[in-house]
Parts: sequence; C-alpha cells; structure tokens
Amino acid sequence: MLTFTIRRLILAVPTLLFISLVIFLLLELAPGDPMAQVPLTVPPEVKEKMRLALGLGEPLHIRFWKWLVQFFWIEPQVLVDHIFGTSFSAGDLRVISWQTRSPVMDIVIQRLPQTLWVVGTAYVVAILIALPIGIYSAYKQYSWFDQLGTFVSMVGFSVPPFFSGVLVIVIFSVQLGWFPSIYDTTHKVTDWDSFVVQLRQMIMPVMVLALQITAQLSRFMRASMLDNLNQDYVRTARAKGLGEYVVVMVHVLRNSMIPVVTVIALGIPSIFGGAIITEQVFKVNGIGQLLIGAIEANDLPMVQTLTFIFAVLIVSFNLIADVLYGILDPRIRYD
Amino acid sequence: MTEAVKIEGPQKTGITAEPEKPARSQWGEVWSQFKSHRGALIGGILFLLIVIGVVFGPLVYWNDAKYVPTGRDFIKLRDMRPIYHMLFDPSAKMDWAYPLGTDNLGRDTLARLMFGGRVSLAVGMAAMVLALLLGTLVGVLSGFFKRLDGMLMRLTDLFLALPLLPMILVAAVLFRESLALSIGPEAGVFVLIVCLIGITSWMPTARIVRGDVLAIKEREFVLAARSIGTRPSGIITRHILPNVMSPIMVSATLGIATAIITESSLSFLGFGFPPDFPTWGRLLNDSVDRMVLYPERVVWPGILISLTVLSVNYLGDGLRDALDPRIRGR
Repeated sequence: MLTFTIRRLILAVPTLLFISLVIFLLLELAPGDPMAQVPLTVPPEVKEKMRLALGLGEPLHIRFWKWLVQFFWIEPQVLVDHIFGTSFSAGDLRVISWQTRSPVMDIVIQRLPQTLWVVGTAYVVAILIALPIGIYSAYKQYSWFDQLGTFVSMVGFSVPPFFSGVLVIVIFSVQLGWFPSIYDTTHKVTDWDSFVVQLRQMIMPVMVLALQITAQLSRFMRASMLDNLNQDYVRTARAKGLGEYVVVMVHVLRNSMIPVVTVIALGIPSIFGGAIITEQVFKVNGIGQLLIGAIEANDLPMVQTLTFIFAVLIVSFNLIADVLYGILDPRIRYD
Repeated sequence: MTEAVKIEGPQKTGITAEPEKPARSQWGEVWSQFKSHRGALIGGILFLLIVIGVVFGPLVYWNDAKYVPTGRDFIKLRDMRPIYHMLFDPSAKMDWAYPLGTDNLGRDTLARLMFGGRVSLAVGMAAMVLALLLGTLVGVLSGFFKRLDGMLMRLTDLFLALPLLPMILVAAVLFRESLALSIGPEAGVFVLIVCLIGITSWMPTARIVRGDVLAIKEREFVLAARSIGTRPSGIITRHILPNVMSPIMVSATLGIATAIITESSLSFLGFGFPPDFPTWGRLLNDSVDRMVLYPERVVWPGILISLTVLSVNYLGDGLRDALDPRIRGR
C-alpha cells in the first residue's frame, strides 16, 4: 500500500507539470493583450517598457520556468516564513497580481476562508442528508419514498445552481424576508445573536450547494446499497438471527460505504468549481468571485494561480480517493 | 397498384402463419421497453414539445424577438407584466398581445424565450455531437489499437484532472474577440462555446466506449471477420461501432443536458453570448437585477432550462434501460 501511495505521488508530479503547462500556454497563446487597457496617448516605447516591467519581454520557456520557480519554490518558503517566523524568502520576487500589485497568494489566503466555510458546510450538510436518504430508499426499493427520492434527485441534478439560487432569493428573501440575499463576509461571530445572523446568511448558499451534492450522493449511496443487499452474506447474517438494524446498518452499510467514500473524496474539487456560480449568485467574496473578477480584469497571474490551485485540488483528491479505496477495500490492494 | 397488393399478400400470410405472436425487430423490443419506463416517456415527449415549440414557435408567434420599440412605443410597451398577473393584480400593466409581458426595453419576453431556446438547444446539440465524435474516436482507437491505448488513456486522465469550468471561463474571454473579428460576433461566440464545451466533455464517453470495445474485440464474430481478411477499418465500422451504439446514444442524451447547463452557466456569468443575442442563461442573468419587481423574468428562463435538462436526463435514463438487453427481458 505504501509503495502504491508513493508511486501515485510521484506520478502526480508530471500530471501537475503538464496541467500547469496547459494553463500557461492557454493564457500565453490567447490573443488578448494585457496592454489593451492602457490609454492610447501612452507612447509605444513607454508601453514596451511597461511590458518588460510586467515580465513579458522574455521568451516563453524562461517565463514558464520562472513561474514554476515562483509557485513551487518561493511561495512555499513564504508560507514557512509566515508560520515559523523565519526569513527564507526575504527579497525573492513573488507572483504579483496586476490588479492590486500585491502578492497573489496573500489575496487568495484572504479569500479562501469564505469559500471553505460555505463550501465545507454545504458538503457536510449534503452528506448528512444524502446518506440516510440513500440507505432508506435502497432498503425500501420501489416504495413511494424511493420514487420520491429518485424524482427529487433528478430535479437536483437538473436545476442549475444559478436558477435554484435565484429562486430561493426570490422566495425566501424577497417574498418572505426570512434570510438576507447577500452574504456579508465582514460579519464577525462574537456572541449568540451574531451567530444567529451568521447562520441565517449561510442557510441559502449552503442549501443551494447542498441540493446538488445530495442529489448525486444519495443516488450513489442507493445503488451501492442495492448491490450489497442481495449478496449472500446478507442472507447468512439474517439466517444467523441478527436483527434487521444490525444487518443493514452494520453489515451492509460498511460494505456499501467503500465506493461512496471515494465518491465523496472525488466530489470535493468539483464543488469548488460549482461554488464559482453560487458565490456569484449570493455575492460571497470567495475564490470563485476572485477568479471571475481576475478574468474580467485581464489579471493573468491571478488567473493562472487560481486555475492551478483548482488543478492541485483535483489531482490531490483523486490521489486521496485512490489511496482510500485501497485502504478500505483489501480486495483492491494494488501491490 | 394491383401488383403491389399482390406482393403484400403472401408476406402478410407469412407472418400470420407463425404459431406464436408476431416477431418483433430489435428496435421494436427497445421501443416496448422504453414505453414501459414512464418517466422516460414523459421526458421524451416533454423534450420533443420544447424543441417543437422553440423551432416552430417563432413562425406562428406574432411578435419579433429582435424588435426594440423606440419613442412613445418604448414608454408604452416596456415593463409589461404577464397576462396571468391579472389574477392577483388587476391594475398591472399588461396586454393580451404580449402573453408573458415585455422587458425593460419593451422586447417581448415569450419571443425572446423562444429565440433563446433555439440558441441554447443548438449549442447543446452541437457541443454534444462534437464531444461524442471526439469521445468515440478516442475510445475506439484506444480500445482497438493496443499501442495507442496507454497514451490515449493517460491523455483522458489528464483532461479529467483539468479544472474545466475555470479554464472554459478563461478561454471564453481570451479567444472571444479574435474569433468575433474573423467570423462575426454571434457566430464567433457560438463556435467558441461549442468547441470549448465539446473539447472539455468527451472524456466519459471515451472511457465507456473503450471499455465496450475492449470486450467486443475479443468476441468470435470479430475473429471471424478478421480471419476472412477484413481490414481494421472495416472491422471497426461494420462490426464494432454498431455494437457500441447504445452507450454512445445514452451519453449523447446526457451530453445535451450537461452542455445546456454549461452554456447557460457561461451566459449567466456574463462570458457567453452578447446581450442582444438572448439565450436562456443570458435572459436569466439580465433579469437578476430586477428580480424583486419582476420575478417572472427570472423564473421563466430558469424553468425552461431546468425542464429541458430534467426531461433529457429522464430520457437518457429510459434509453439506458431500453438499450440494455440484460434488463430488457424483465
């Protein structure tokens, strides 16, 4: 298992390098000009100097190498410095945003908690809702509960978050006035009242995100339970006289959770992608909104870094899912 | 005429002479299984209705989607409410000639919905076809030719590891202007979005097709074809492709759904079609600012997107059951 994990870790390095090259080339080969926003009155030789100052003068492979060094060598040093108070990175050039002229990672670190808070809560809520629904609708297959669950999850698949989000805003904050329609990220939780305010403003974005995840997960849980409910060991357990609760919740559930756990791990990065839209709807200033703003402002270093962070998330959670599958299911040890 | 009847005669008696019920073709079997899946049938009918309404609706509907009133007409026609609004607010501004009302520029909502539906569905189908072609090509090649397998599957894995939505957003912005300059703003965005969605959604199809091709390749009829000297191209087109049609058809229906959702998300985020060229996502995005006063303008495009995707998903579900011979007998 350890060799497998190490092998996968080593394999992840070329994958990440390739992805960073794709992202770099996509931004590089695009016809957009970062100098397009500069007024026409600026003379061409000044424009050329501005280009050089942005680091655009050098050939492609050197810039790619410099970006890699900045991202994989200097930025981790900055993180280490920040945590331990050392000064490895003093004087090194960091990835600078063209919008704010400050290091990109600093802004990302500022925005990350908002996204993680909303997305993380949504994921936990979705798992807590989806698993019981999946278990019960598999246990009572073709009952009215199962039919309803199928329908609801189909609807959850089909209603895009930018519609469900807008719909809940119209219903719950415009018509009923229960929840605020805009997520206030400067709100600090200090006592019970402010906690209630925080809860109220989180309910809608979390529920919108959770609806989608629940739809997928509950279907998957149901299918996985159904696969196991007809196995011989279930009959054996019942024949031994075990109670229905023990059979379903201990024997069947533990075996059914194996694929579900990996799906949960695999789904985490795609949730960040989905959060881009939800953040836009509820005006949460997380990394999704940061990405949209950076794209609109033609801030290439920011876009590069954010896209690459998404890629790192996907690759690492794929790895985690693979390793988890091996740990949970001894039949699929890869070595 | 008489001859035709004569020829028909013996054929009919031939069928009725069978002792059991009349034999059904393979597609007859598929259809009967499909019919028994109620959700799929309703989904299929709903999807057909939406397509018909969107394609033929503008031909019979009296208002033009592109007409923008000016001067006094503009004041008179703008911000009209839908006619059902009369039920709870008789004093609201409305007109029987504008069943779903008009927007803040006086453009007819229903006409724009139908026009937007044409664009959304066209993008969805074109992107689905592109993704399907790419996916089938990669899947068949890597399943059939062992030398290409490793490389193509690594490529598929790499594509699956890309952060697709952010990259689509970035590419949609970066390539928009140059394409718009070369083939016009609307056609440029159309080609761009179709290509982006197609290029980023072929991977599941490729994996499924590869798996099926790997299994079918080892069957006796392929061996027989090979032994009588059929070339690989002939084996693929005659023997393998017809046998992987069913997973391809299922991923085609599901592909339409994801393509429509992706396109409307792009339009919703403002990275899609230009504002005077409505799609469902764009209409939704445009109306979000005024959704407090005019919720219907948000609700209708949203309902149409959701209904289309829902019906297509049910259709795909039913097709999967109908095309699977292991389930069909039950």
